[in-house]
Amino acid sequence: MSAYIAKRLLAAIPVLFGLTVIVFLIMAMIPGDPATAILGSYATPENVARLNRQLGLDKTLVEQYVIWLGNMLQGDFGRSYTLNRPVIDEVMERFSATLVLAGTSLLLCSVFGLIAGVVSAVRQFSFTDKIITFVVLIGISVPSFWLGLLLILVFAVNLRWFPASGMFAIYGGGDLPDLLYHLALPAVTLAVVATGVIARLTRTAMLEVLRQDFIRTARAKGVTENAVIYRHAFKAALVTVIPVIGIQAGFVLGGAVYIETVFQWPGIGSMLVKAISTRDLLLVQGGVLVVAAAYVLFNLAADVVQTLLDPRLR
Amino acid sequence: MTDASAPARRAAARPDTLRLLLNNTLATAGLAIFALIVLIALAAPLLSLPDPDATAPVDRLLRPLADGHLLGTDALGRDILSRLIWGTRVSLLVGISATLIAAFFGSLIGLVAGYAGGRVDTLLMRGIDMVMAFPYILLALAIVAALGPGLLNALYAIAVVNIPFFARNIRGIALGLSRREFVDAARLSGKSNAQILFLEVLPNVLPVIIITMSTTIGWMILETAGLSFLGLGAQPPQADLGSMLGEGRKILFTAPHVSIIPGLMIFALVMSINLLGDGVRDVLDPRLKSGALTRPVARTAVAKGNMPDDVAPRRDAILDVRDLKTEFRFGGEVFKAVGGVDLHVGRGECLGIVGESGSGKSVSAMSIMGLVPTPPGRIAGGIALLDGENLFTATDERIRQLRGSAVSHVFQDPLSTLHPLFTVGAQLIEAIQAHRPLTKAQARAKAADLLKLVRIPNPAERLKSYPHELSGGMRQRICIAMALANDTKVIIADEPTTALDVTVQAQVLALLDALRREKNTGVLFITHDFGVVSAICDRVAVMYAGKFVETGTTEDVLKAPAHPYTAKLIDCVPVLGQPERRLDAIEGRPPVVNNLPDGCAFAPRCPRAKDDCSEAPIPLTELGENRTVRCLHPLSAEAANG
Ligand code: SF4
Repeated sequence: MSAYIAKRLLAAIPVLFGLTVIVFLIMAMIPGDPATAILGSYATPENVARLNRQLGLDKTLVEQYVIWLGNMLQGDFGRSYTLNRPVIDEVMERFSATLVLAGTSLLLCSVFGLIAGVVSAVRQFSFTDKIITFVVLIGISVPSFWLGLLLILVFAVNLRWFPASGMFAIYGGGDLPDLLYHLALPAVTLAVVATGVIARLTRTAMLEVLRQDFIRTARAKGVTENAVIYRHAFKAALVTVIPVIGIQAGFVLGGAVYIETVFQWPGIGSMLVKAISTRDLLLVQGGVLVVAAAYVLFNLAADVVQTLLDPRLR
Repeated sequence: MTDASAPARRAAARPDTLRLLLNNTLATAGLAIFALIVLIALAAPLLSLPDPDATAPVDRLLRPLADGHLLGTDALGRDILSRLIWGTRVSLLVGISATLIAAFFGSLIGLVAGYAGGRVDTLLMRGIDMVMAFPYILLALAIVAALGPGLLNALYAIAVVNIPFFARNIRGIALGLSRREFVDAARLSGKSNAQILFLEVLPNVLPVIIITMSTTIGWMILETAGLSFLGLGAQPPQADLGSMLGEGRKILFTAPHVSIIPGLMIFALVMSINLLGDGVRDVLDPRLKSGALTRPVARTAVAKGNMPDDVAPRRDAILDVRDLKTEFRFGGEVFKAVGGVDLHVGRGECLGIVGESGSGKSVSAMSIMGLVPTPPGRIAGGIALLDGENLFTATDERIRQLRGSAVSHVFQDPLSTLHPLFTVGAQLIEAIQAHRPLTKAQARAKAADLLKLVRIPNPAERLKSYPHELSGGMRQRICIAMALANDTKVIIADEPTTALDVTVQAQVLALLDALRREKNTGVLFITHDFGVVSAICDRVAVMYAGKFVETGTTEDVLKAPAHPYTAKLIDCVPVLGQPERRLDAIEGRPPVVNNLPDGCAFAPRCPRAKDDCSEAPIPLTELGENRTVRCLHPLSAEAANG
């Protein structure tokens, strides 16, 4: 098993390299003089010259990439000109906030998506099933940024149950209850779409599994129907759903961009949006790379869990 | 459940695509809403709307239903209704364009990769994988960051990140198609690769392209709106739904309608597209066609009424079934898979039911313990007595108790009938514990004993194996062990040796035969193979089109088959060394059981058929002691009568 994990980790390395290549190429697409583009039009000529040297723009694209990657591997992502601090520091700080938000959402969408999907499948064609199917459809169609605004209006402005923005109270906050209090609305909003997707898939997976021969065998053994559904069918369905949860991690991490903006969550998403509009491209590049790498690791984890569940994959 | 699949496929034969789509109420609603939105957006110039960009500071932030402004005004006093309709135009245009661009490039990559295969395929798909390794929206952000904010750049970004979905889906199909005969034929006829790709392969992948488009277009509208919402898409004064929402957000607390209205429009648009998309997918993707994914319930439904209840059980029978009728319902049609079957099995006795697939033999056997899937199956009549206890009127809980204890089953393909994710030990222990209050350790010891009983060496080790780690014969022994876990009275074995190769088949049969004598267990043995019947069955019933056509002791029937169908089946027994020579040796196919003729169902294939055979139902007539036949001109009539 540990050999398998090691193998998967090794296989993730080329993917991570691929990510850096794509980010590098996208940044190479920037029209005009990159140094000016990166530093903004108010950059001093000395800064432009230094960055040009730093970027090695006199060299070939491949050499540039190698140098760029080398710096990055040493943790040097450059300096953010708007914040005037190393990109890596800012990104890591922001990323931990995003991880709290996205992690909570991923947990919420996995739990509720699986429950809704199983209930829906077990009561196929019932009223409950129809309601769930319809709510799920709404969930995957609703623009999350708009839903966030609605929730703010209802739960923060009208009912005053939860705060409308931020991660901690400005005065006297900072502990776990305060965090959860601020986390509730954004985490739920971010989880809605993924919950819908997971619920849909779980329903289909359960229906497919319940038609399998081994389910008939379980029934022929005289196992109770609850065990048939929750032990035999659910475990088999989980094997198909787990990779999708891994993929949903990507949608949750990406969707965080909207939700963090709506709720002013101090995460990497709101940082990216600001960095793009101020053209702080080194910050964008660092942020994108870190989130993408995290996504690769999430998927890796999903793979490993799937393998733990399914002996045929070992 | 192979017996039901043929009618299922027929019933699902495709009527008119559009009609199917319209049958789906939700899809129709989606289509109507989407069409309405598109029409209004298209008609925007004709609607004599106020100028969407005309500011009027005096009229700022009017609420909906204000005079002259149905949906109110925004922070600059612009008419929201007008902006909404013009904004919808922009959003639709951007979403559709992004979809078309993504569909074009994605399909092209997919087609080329799938058709070319080999290194081109590997290279292209590696690239696609790399792009997919990014969280979707993040990649779009990076592209917008590089190109600079703007609606066109947002469109490109969203199109690019959606290319992989098309490429992957289309490649899979193209790969399959490029190995098909019609492609080879086109190649031989001298067509160029491009011609083949676009004239032969493309038309066949079109449905997949459309499905992928219908499932992604909603996303693309949503995501471009999202980028605009973040201020990275449409730049003022240009406005799409997303940027309207983004502007409105700044005054959310004072004038919520400014942001709620455009959001509602995005939602309505995406929802209608998703409804429609689901409908389109259901129609075009045969796998998901209605009814394909119904969940069978724990026990076959039993029709109320028409059940005899004053039947005196046969004294010598442990299992006694009378006039069993089981049917399947697909749409409006009823398939009478089992049309009135009588059978009985005594202690230690083995009754074989023989017939081609589709004859109803498996359905008969599975009906007894309610293992025919409902929907679509239903027991329409008859009675099944186990030791005098009526199985069709017993409670669900009683049936659960009997399953796996008094009556157990062995199925055909032991790989698919064992749960792939549990060790065989866990599955055996579960079977034991379902009926006995044993501790895990006791059950494990018992499971090891069972493995010893079915002659599996090294039982303690084997218990830790997963089904896929064992050979076919070994797996079937496990299934037999499971069937014997709780002092069973009857084993229902449905083609238990069909999936095994010949030598293993003989071993498993010998094992089953020895065990039923040792334990004095009745066996109901379903097979299509008279060779297997002769190895294990005491008596045999031949089944055709849902009815028994001949019954008797194995010896008598094999020696002198009375029904022409029986004779054919016996002729089909595989000769050692030619295992392929099986049922295909009977010309013609068994009838579909939704519309059986009045007379003999075998008449169209029968060499002895005469005119009277098709006139009236043929009764089952006694030929002698324990011997019946359903035929007007039986083969051994002379012998039996004389
Ligand atoms: S009844 Fe007639 S058609 Fe049917 S099997 Fe007998 S001879 Fe053939």
